[in-house]
Amino acid sequence: MRVRFWVIALLALAAAAILGVALGAVRLSPAAIWAALLGHGDSTTVAIVQRIRLPRVALSALAGAALGMSGAAMQGTLRNGLAEPYLLGVSGGAAVGAVAAIALGLNVVLGVPLAAFAGAAGAAALVLAIARVAGGRADVRLLLMAGVVVGAFANAAIMVVYATAPPETVRGALWWMMGSADGADWRRVGWLAAYVAIGGGALVLWARDLDALALGDDGAAALGVDVERASRRAYLAAALLAAATVAAAGLVGFVGLVVPHIVRAAGVRQHRTLLWGTAVVGAALVISADVVARTIRPPAELPLGAVTALLGVPFFLFQLRRLAVRS
Amino acid sequence: MSAAIEFQDVRVRYPGGPALAVAGVTFAAQSGTVTAVTGPNGSGKSTLVKALLRRVPLAGGSIAIEGVALGQISLREAARRAAVVPQREEPAFPMTVREYVALGRFPHTSVWSTSDPDGDRAVAAAVERAGVGGFLERHTDALSGGEWQRVRIARALAQGGRLLVLDEPTTFLDMGHEMAVFELLAELARDGMGVLLITHQLNLVARFAHHVVLLHGGTVAAQGPPAAVMTGGILERVYDWPLVVARDPAVGAPMLIPLRAPARITVHRPMET
Repeated sequence: MRVRFWVIALLALAAAAILGVALGAVRLSPAAIWAALLGHGDSTTVAIVQRIRLPRVALSALAGAALGMSGAAMQGTLRNGLAEPYLLGVSGGAAVGAVAAIALGLNVVLGVPLAAFAGAAGAAALVLAIARVAGGRADVRLLLMAGVVVGAFANAAIMVVYATAPPETVRGALWWMMGSADGADWRRVGWLAAYVAIGGGALVLWARDLDALALGDDGAAALGVDVERASRRAYLAAALLAAATVAAAGLVGFVGLVVPHIVRAAGVRQHRTLLWGTAVVGAALVISADVVARTIRPPAELPLGAVTALLGVPFFLFQLRRLAVRS
Repeated sequence: MSAAIEFQDVRVRYPGGPALAVAGVTFAAQSGTVTAVTGPNGSGKSTLVKALLRRVPLAGGSIAIEGVALGQISLREAARRAAVVPQREEPAFPMTVREYVALGRFPHTSVWSTSDPDGDRAVAAAVERAGVGGFLERHTDALSGGEWQRVRIARALAQGGRLLVLDEPTTFLDMGHEMAVFELLAELARDGMGVLLITHQLNLVARFAHHVVLLHGGTVAAQGPPAAVMTGGILERVYDWPLVVARDPAVGAPMLIPLRAPARITVHRPMET
């Protein structure tokens, strides 16, 4: 079962990546792609493949991997299958940080992602604090409501920043609100990869803590876990992943929700393998969503976040119903 | 030889709480015995477990496992010495019994060192001992209450320590499953483990425990062998309910029979008139 999962997941990732390079305003044959990868063929095709499509596929893959891992870690620490960075307002907080950093003219490689991280960590802390004051972080409804409130506040803050910032310093507000892999270049791919390696690597290292945390606070403590410290650092690593993704591709929701469920359903449950699984499936999912976004009505592009939401909202409702049935 | 676990004048105040939840509790649980901590709701029983797990800080006193103060060892070291089965524990995402029991080896590994040469053997022995070998591939959310408690004990045994601490392990279990859990604990004690049990089941305490600690309002109201502690006077005062103490016809242990409410009036009336 698990071997089959890995085979299917990796094949899906490969297929998505090939389609991601082949499809778009100009359709390319596999032979043309191969030639362009080696630098042969006409210069336009080489440029499309090497400078437009490949970075875009790589950026989508990294964003998907980061969001999948972030969702898995948040679900593990909060013991809650509905937790994910977008729904909990963490991505919204990251967007506020990123937009503010751009409006202030901060450095794109360090300043923007770190400001996004500060925004994400602030939003995460705020959501947990609201839930705690209202009755406890274990209550999924409180967490989600707190996430909605913080997310709404983040949207308002972004709009205020846009209304007051000089128009030439910022890209369209919709870009941040809806998410997009458009305009990806190797530089952006490079720094996103660095953040994903740091955040994802930390989570894989702490994966056993996540296994124990899933038993609940007392259960984890009985195994010798420092519950507060372990939850906090895993949560921060998850927020870093979400923040870097927002800084690189805007708000892409629901990937962190859907992907861990798919991987768990395939029988992968221990977090060390679960995290790798969510990275692969998340990458395949976001590359595919981006392909859909740019091929469904060419030359117009749908927002990437809209495509993932179209997939994620029904899934969220299905999960919510399951939760209601169980309680 | 030092006790399996020793509570010395332990005091606990919950953050923001007005009074001490545990106000100076001293007792020891020896290896090879079953020690039962009992008492009314809110008497501080579970707080002692939370203090052992360091989920609440000590306001005073000390806890020592096998003679070593808790403050001097890491959380993982403590988990290797004393396995705790907390009152509430439910995996957020279902896992197989095999995966769950293997989590008992968590304290034997770390971020940097994942090798655990004794792991497989310890898990196999724990599975055998708790009698959960028949459903290793079942998911934790598909177990009956009795199976789940045995699986949790198997996880604790896999931790490999010589002390087992259980917080109300038989709540929600029927009589047969409850007896099976108590028999298993007695067997573990016979084999030399220290068993510290928090429970409301006074009649089973009387039959299974070697040492009883009766808590009331965060302090020890009485402690000693069941026959010494489980007397009508102390228990009526601590539980604020009239009862009679009979003798278990099988083994002669004290057997408590709480009286019905109307009888309470008749108990107290002679004193009032």
